[in-house]
Amino acid sequence: MAETNNEQITKEDIKELNPSFNVKSFFQDNIVTILFVFICILGVQLSKLPLFFIANELLVRITRNSFLVLALIIPVLAGMGLNFSIVIGAMAAQISIIIVTHWGVTGVPGFLLCAFLSFPLAVLFGNLIGRLLNKTKGQEMITSMIASFFANGLYQLLFLFLVGKIIPVNNPILILSKGVGVRNTIDLSRNGGIKYALDNILKVPIFNVFMGVGIIIIIYGVCKLYLGNRYGFKRISRVKQISILILGLIVFITGYIFTFSEDLPNNLRMLTNLKLPVVTSLTVIVLCLFNFIIVKTKLGQDFRTVGQDKHIASVSGINVDRTRIIAVTISTVLAAWGQLIFLQNIGTLNTYGSHVQIATFAIAAILIGGASVSKATIGQALLGVVLFHTLFIVSPKAAKELFGDAQIGEFFRNFVAYGVIGVSLGLHAWKKTLKRTKK
Amino acid sequence: MQEEYTLQMENIEKEYFGNRVLKGVNISVKPGEIHALLGENGAGKSTLMNILFGMPVIHSTGGFGGEVSICGEKINIQSPKEAMEKGIGMVHQEFMLIPGFTLTENIKLNRERLKGNIISRLFKKDSHKFLDYKEMNRDSRRSLDMLGIGIEEWVTVAGLPVGYMQFIEIAREIDKSNIKILVFDEPTAVLAESEANNLLKAMKKLAKTGIAILFITHRLDEVMYAADNVTILRDGELVATRKKEDTNVLELAELMVGRKVEVSNKAEEESRKHKEVMLSIKGLKVNMPGEEVKGIDLDIRNGEIIGIGGLAGQGKIGIANGLMGLYETTGEIILRGEKLKLNDTKESLTKGLAFVSEDRRGVGLLLESSIEHNVTITALQIKGKFLNRYGIFNQIDSKKIREHSLKMIEDLDIRCTDPQQLTKRLSGGNQQKVCIARALTLQPDVLLVSEPTRGIDIGAKKLVLDLLVQLNKELGMTIIMTSSELAELRSICDRIAIITEGRVEGILRPGDSDRDFGLMMAGEYHKIHGKEAI
Repeated sequence: MAETNNEQITKEDIKELNPSFNVKSFFQDNIVTILFVFICILGVQLSKLPLFFIANELLVRITRNSFLVLALIIPVLAGMGLNFSIVIGAMAAQISIIIVTHWGVTGVPGFLLCAFLSFPLAVLFGNLIGRLLNKTKGQEMITSMIASFFANGLYQLLFLFLVGKIIPVNNPILILSKGVGVRNTIDLSRNGGIKYALDNILKVPIFNVFMGVGIIIIIYGVCKLYLGNRYGFKRISRVKQISILILGLIVFITGYIFTFSEDLPNNLRMLTNLKLPVVTSLTVIVLCLFNFIIVKTKLGQDFRTVGQDKHIASVSGINVDRTRIIAVTISTVLAAWGQLIFLQNIGTLNTYGSHVQIATFAIAAILIGGASVSKATIGQALLGVVLFHTLFIVSPKAAKELFGDAQIGEFFRNFVAYGVIGVSLGLHAWKKTLKRTKK
Repeated sequence: MQEEYTLQMENIEKEYFGNRVLKGVNISVKPGEIHALLGENGAGKSTLMNILFGMPVIHSTGGFGGEVSICGEKINIQSPKEAMEKGIGMVHQEFMLIPGFTLTENIKLNRERLKGNIISRLFKKDSHKFLDYKEMNRDSRRSLDMLGIGIEEWVTVAGLPVGYMQFIEIAREIDKSNIKILVFDEPTAVLAESEANNLLKAMKKLAKTGIAILFITHRLDEVMYAADNVTILRDGELVATRKKEDTNVLELAELMVGRKVEVSNKAEEESRKHKEVMLSIKGLKVNMPGEEVKGIDLDIRNGEIIGIGGLAGQGKIGIANGLMGLYETTGEIILRGEKLKLNDTKESLTKGLAFVSEDRRGVGLLLESSIEHNVTITALQIKGKFLNRYGIFNQIDSKKIREHSLKMIEDLDIRCTDPQQLTKRLSGGNQQKVCIARALTLQPDVLLVSEPTRGIDIGAKKLVLDLLVQLNKELGMTIIMTSSELAELRSICDRIAIITEGRVEGILRPGDSDRDFGLMMAGEYHKIHGKEAI
């Protein structure tokens, strides 16, 4: 009797646990993202920029910035909040770029050498940050922010003073005319440097890529439909499988129309000139896969456990401190490589400035995508990059159209970046108290 | 040894800083036996379990005496991890579950089934292996089925009713393949009656599979229902071990509480009865985590010492905190015929309540401040005492403060170097006196004292209690004293209200029998004597 009774209660419980789709709570949960979708649409309308320009800029910026934003996910999983110390990872990248530029290694080998050199540096830095954050549990975000300010001081000391004074470097391209200190800007395209090293390996018209991706999605969908049923994955609903198939078809057909159709309107025809840097995109996809796969491993499960509750994790025998150090180290290494991808696309290294704001911008992007201090997904990161950079592209022009002054748009960019971080953190705290009072 | 025991603990002794908390306790449990461990708070139950689990707190305080053996084999457990490896499982009182995880993930926490992949084979490390959810789900299903739980294993824990969480904890323990003995630490404390019954049934089912079960509780009817044998501890001593068939609830209650109580002379008791009601509490509910009060009606007469007793977690601590507005409170508090505004500490203080908190080092004292500052701060804030007034400016009158503090130090015999000494440098008893001194500085009508003797040595205990009696007799102060130590309440109080499950179980006189106290603390009094017994 007791068992049947149990089961009855259970089913009711589960109904309560999975409430039907609720519009109000959907808005409440995604308020930041929804707000920014509207602002973006408005901005695109106001700026009167041609679609091609926006799409082209966006494509460049997505491939350039996604890697950095994706580097933020693992520390969030491990309950360490948004990792402002990716700035330090970026420093590791810049140190290795300066070394490689000094050695004069260029092109793809130069880029790979940078990646190779920055790895041990980033591991070292990440480890140190992890140790610091373990001493300041509960205040990881502010600690990582201040740590990166402090590291910036050391970085400047290294390149403004030690290089030339203590480390003898004789390279007029890099060193200021006094012989001490590294130049403010370093041109990475000189003699075919590492500029576009990754981007220019292979560039393919975007709609051809669309067609390819469409086919892959369709094949994936079909496989899932057949194999999934055979292995009895009941949890993936049929609706989802079919929508995957439809998505694949839409992507394929769009690609097909743009590639082969002759009678497109002019402004749309321009879009066929868009080219996708394939290798860079692949790197980003590989990183997405990496983030996806690591969650499925024992290490990933440890991250999640520690992220949810440090006390329970340690009671059940997980080495919490070590897990957290690994999480931050991975993030720092990824940030270093992300900064390499970023700089090879930009083409000039601003020795004392390139790294300073990347954390703020990356974090603003992921927050716009709908992530919070305690939850972040790959989808949110990518969506955030699209929205944030759309806003970045259109805001100066929109402001000029609106107020007659592009400077206001510039101001708006900064306002957005810092504002969104503030608002998101505020909302997060607010939701937490809301939950508590509901209990 | 005629029979094979799963667990034997022999002659267990333990000292904490010269204070003997376990004095030669023996306990043995056979396979498939449910053995109840009964005792008041502080009787030594948790210490005994800590020893069994090799908790760090035991080894960092000098280890223990006696022998523990599992399945006839002597062992020396140094850490909880080792205990787990030896087949000892524990169902925690507070849930060790992660809300955002599914049942499977919680059950398999850090014992996940893994399967290799290319990278893990390359680096030969377990941490790179994938989780094998299929196997994990199957294992969890098996454990859940064993307990008769119908919830799907992929549901997340968040939002499940409390009753189920306990079962998931148990499922986690029995999922461990080598489990031999399972300890339930007051598993029914947070459960509703029907849930508790399900749990007890599950326990019996588990015992049938040959797992030995140690069942810590203070609900006597559960003991009678589920246990095969009962061991009763009191003040670290083994009082008795009984077979269930040979005992009854009344005897157990008596054994649990029984101690020599020196009931002080209460000649004027009768005259007090007629005095007017000072403080009247109606339907008081306090939302204090861990000490929830669920509706209390209590009248407190002018000039009496009323004791509030009961076991930990039943809500006795919550009453004083609720009266002071420190936790969210609903209901009605009437002080001298006037309604008191709720959830407003300032109001409570100005209306003549003063509070000596149970959390002496947290809420009670400014540890980094001097004695005189601690003694006067509340009066200074609330009543504006010790201030020189210059129009819009106020200045602290340090001369008056010094005078008053010296007087308090002398009156209460606070042992210190001078009034400037930091309170964190004082001993526990003297800190408590500083807290009382501060409450007295307010010249309250009603003094609330919570756990006044917690963590202070025996000599100081007596001084604090004598002080309370003295205040009551000489100044006619009404005192509400909350304490976990029944003996203490019985030695100084006029009446003692016993709180169980957030409600007043009954009000007793200090001279009433041990049996009644025991039954009330266990929440059994009404079941036996009927409602009219109050």
